[in-house]
Amino acid sequence: MTAGVLAPPLVAQPDPATWLSLASSDRVVVRTGKVEYGQGVLTALTQIAADALCLDTGQVELQSAHTHAWPNEGFTVGSTSIEESGPVMRALGSLLRGRLLQAAAQALGVAVQVLEVRAGRVLMHGEPTGWDYWRAGNSLLVTPFGPQDSPAPDGAAASVGLSLPRVDLRAKFSGGAFIQDLEFPDMRHAVVLRQPIRGARIKAFDSQRFEARHPAAKWVRRGDFMACVGESERAARAAHETLRARVQWDAPQVDDVGDDVQHWLGKQPAVETVAIAGADAPAASGDQVVEATWFRPFIAHASIGLSCSLAWFKDDVLHVWSHSQGIYALRDAIARVVGLAADSVHVHHAQGAGCYGHNGADDAALDAALVAMAEPGVPIRVQWSRDEELREAPLGATMSVTIRAAVDPKGRISQWQTHIRSTSHLMRPGWWGKPNLLAAPAVDPQWQTERDGDIPEERGGGATRSARPVYAVGSQRLTLALVTSHVRTSALRSLGTFANILAIEGMMDELAERAGQDAAQFRLAHLDDPRGAAVLRRVMDMSDWGGAAAQGTVRGIGLGRYKSTGAWCAVVAEVALESEVEVRRCWCSVDGGLIINPDGARNQIEGGIIQALSWTLLEEVRFEGPRPLASGWEGYPILRFGQVPSIQTEFVGANENPPLGLGEASQGPLAAAVANAVSRAVGQRVTQLPLNRDRLMRLLTQ
Amino acid sequence: MQSLNFVVNGSSCEAAPSDPCSLTEYLRDDLGLKGTRLGCAQEKCGACVVLIDGQPRHSCQIEVGNLAGCSIQTVESLESTAEGRVLLAQFDAHQAGQCGFCLSGILVRALAFVRQREDGSRGALLRALEGHLCRCGAHPRIMAAIEASWQAVNGRKVSA
Repeated sequence: MTAGVLAPPLVAQPDPATWLSLASSDRVVVRTGKVEYGQGVLTALTQIAADALCLDTGQVELQSAHTHAWPNEGFTVGSTSIEESGPVMRALGSLLRGRLLQAAAQALGVAVQVLEVRAGRVLMHGEPTGWDYWRAGNSLLVTPFGPQDSPAPDGAAASVGLSLPRVDLRAKFSGGAFIQDLEFPDMRHAVVLRQPIRGARIKAFDSQRFEARHPAAKWVRRGDFMACVGESERAARAAHETLRARVQWDAPQVDDVGDDVQHWLGKQPAVETVAIAGADAPAASGDQVVEATWFRPFIAHASIGLSCSLAWFKDDVLHVWSHSQGIYALRDAIARVVGLAADSVHVHHAQGAGCYGHNGADDAALDAALVAMAEPGVPIRVQWSRDEELREAPLGATMSVTIRAAVDPKGRISQWQTHIRSTSHLMRPGWWGKPNLLAAPAVDPQWQTERDGDIPEERGGGATRSARPVYAVGSQRLTLALVTSHVRTSALRSLGTFANILAIEGMMDELAERAGQDAAQFRLAHLDDPRGAAVLRRVMDMSDWGGAAAQGTVRGIGLGRYKSTGAWCAVVAEVALESEVEVRRCWCSVDGGLIINPDGARNQIEGGIIQALSWTLLEEVRFEGPRPLASGWEGYPILRFGQVPSIQTEFVGANENPPLGLGEASQGPLAAAVANAVSRAVGQRVTQLPLNRDRLMRLLTQ
Repeated sequence: MQSLNFVVNGSSCEAAPSDPCSLTEYLRDDLGLKGTRLGCAQEKCGACVVLIDGQPRHSCQIEVGNLAGCSIQTVESLESTAEGRVLLAQFDAHQAGQCGFCLSGILVRALAFVRQREDGSRGALLRALEGHLCRCGAHPRIMAAIEASWQAVNGRKVSA
C-alpha cells in the first residue's frame, strides 16, 4: 500500500482511537465493523492486521461490532468483507507502524530506514531498541489519520496465506459463545403474537380471561403489536398460546400462493426495467435460436439456531444485542420505530448460528426492543420458535429466468437476451425509506412497505446479480420484472446469482449441443477472460472431463463469476439417478486472488457447494393459503449427512491478484453442474428446481 | 412437582423444577450448561443431543420428571474424558465447523460412537448422524474428525 489514499472508512472515521487500542501490554486491539457468523472473517482480518502491524497473530485482538463509539463499516454482506475491510486493516497497520517508526527514529536520532518492527518491537539492524507499540502508547493515537502520516511499507506476509485456526471456533464446541447463551440478572422472556397476515389489525382482546389464566404473565401492546412476557421462555410460550386464543383480528383478504409458485410468480404485478438495452432484434437467418425458462422457488434460510435478541432500556439508552449483519442500519430502524434518537439506541453484535443473508435476526431485535421499551429497566430476551423461523423470517426470492440465445452456423453465440422475473433480493432495514422489520407495521401501518425495491445494477444487482454471461455472446439484452407481493423476500446467499448461473450454464449446454461441440470446449471457445479459462481448464483436469465417468453416473459442468467482478468458480458434478438424484463427487476450482486463509477459504467454498446442493435437490417453501406451510424440519427438509458428496477443491490463479470474497462463489456453478448432469441423464433440459424425487419421477416418465 | 435425583456430568443433581420443563431447558437455564442447544424443540435437528445412561438422545422433548435415577452427560463433560479430549482435538485440528451451532450435539453423538468398538464403518457413522443437521456444510470435516477420533481411540482405521 502506498501513502496518499486512505481507505474510505478511515477517511470517514479518522480518529485512531475509534479503531485501535494499546491499553493492554503486548496486545493491540483492532476494532472492526464487520461481524462473524461462521464465515471466518474475524480470523482472516486478524491475519491481515497482524501482518500489517508486524505482530504475531496472538498479539492481535480483533473486536467486533457495536454501534456506539465504534467504526461503522456498514453491512457484513455481499462477499465484500475481505475486499473492503482487508484494505482497512492494512491501512491501519501501515499507519500505526509508520507512526511508531517515526517516533522511535526521532527518539533514537536515526533514520527511519534503519528500523523495522517485529512482534511489535522496534529493531535496529536486528537488535532491540527498547521501543515498541506499548511504550509509545497513546501518543500514537492522538492525531487523526491524514496526509501528515508516513505509512510504513508492507512487511513480509507472515500470517496471510497460512491456515490459521479460527479464533472463535473452539469456544463454539461448548457453551457460552452464542447470543442464545446470553443472560442477564432478572431477565424476562417475551413471545410475540404475530399478525396472522400482513395488514391484520386487532379487533378485540379479552384481557380479563387472559389474566385470569396467566396471572404471572404480562402482556404488552403497542398498536397491533402484542407480546407476552414471562419469567421463563416456557411460561411466556404458554401465555402466548392463550393470547392467541383471546385476540381477534381483522385480516385483509390475501390471495393464496398455491402449489405452482412459478405460475403465481407470473401473475404478480411487477415493475419492468431494462438493465442492458441491447436491441430486441431477431436472430440472423441460419442461426439456431433456443429459448428456455429456468425457475427457482422461494428458499428458507433454515439456520440451525433460532433468531434471538436481547434488549434493555435503562438510563435513557436502549441496548440491543443482535446477530444482525447490519447493526448500524438496524440501530437506525429500531430508533425510528420505537421513537428514540439514534444516539440513544446502542446495538451490540453477538454471534448467532449460521447466517446466510437477511434472516430473522433484525426482526427479533425489534421484537425485543419493543418489549424492553414497555418494561423499562428489565432485560428482555426474545427467541423465535422453529415455526417462526420458517414462516415469519424473510425468504430467499423466487425467480424465473428466461434466456433466448442464438448460435451461428460456425458455432459462435450471436445473441443473448435475458428476462428475469423475481421478487426482491433486498428489503434490509432502512432501505427504500422503511424500517423493513417484521413488527414495525403492527406498531404503525405507516411502516408497511408498499412497493419492494431491489439492489441497483451499479451496486452489484439483486435479481440481476451475475446475470451477464462471462462469455462472448454477441449482442446482449437484459430486462427485469421486479415483483411486489405479500410474501416477504430479501437477500439470501448469492442473491440472483444462483438462478442466473443455473440458467446461463443450462443455455450454454443447450447451445453446445446445437453446435455439436463438447460442453466445456464450447465454453472455452467463448471465454475471453484468461482467469475464467484457467479455472475452467483446471476443473476439467481435476475431473478428467474428457475421460469416462464412473459406471452408472453422468457428469455436468458449471462455471460462473460472482457479481461479474468477484471470484471465479467452476464445478463438475458426477451424478447418478437412483430413487433420487445422487451427487457422488464434485470437483471445484476457484480463482479468488490472494487467499488469506487457505483452509478457511476451502471451508467456505465447500460449505457453499453443500448448501447449494441442498437448495438444488430438496428445497422449496410450500404454501398453505397465502402463508408458508412448513412449521418444522419435516416440512422443509435439508441435505443430510448421507447425501453429501465427496468434494475436491483447488485454488488457482496468481496470489498477486487482490483477494476476492468466496462465500457466494460456488452456489451457482454447483446448481448448474448438477442440473446439466441430470439433463444429460434424462435427455431433456432440466429447468425447474428443486430436483427432488417427485420431479425426478416426472422427468423419467415423460 | 416432587424433587428427583439424577446425575449430570458425574455430579448429583436434585431437581425440583416448579413447572414441567424439558431436559434442554433444565440443563441450560437451571444448571447454566449452555453447551446443549435448542434448534427446533421437535427432535429433528440434533443440536440438543445428550447422553442418557450412555445413549444419545434428543433432550428437547424429554421431561425432566422422567429422569429419576438417570445419568446424563452433556458436551461439557468431553474435556474430562480421554475419548472426549480426542474428539475435541480432532474437531479443532480438522476445523470441523463453520458457525459451530450444530457441533455440540454432534460431539456428544460422536462420543457414543467412538466408545463403541464393534462397528467403526462409514455406514455406521452415517446412521449415527442421521438425527443431526448441519446447514453450513461442514459435513465432510465433521465426518473426517469423527473417523480420525474413532481410529485414535480404537487403534484401527474406520472401514469404508
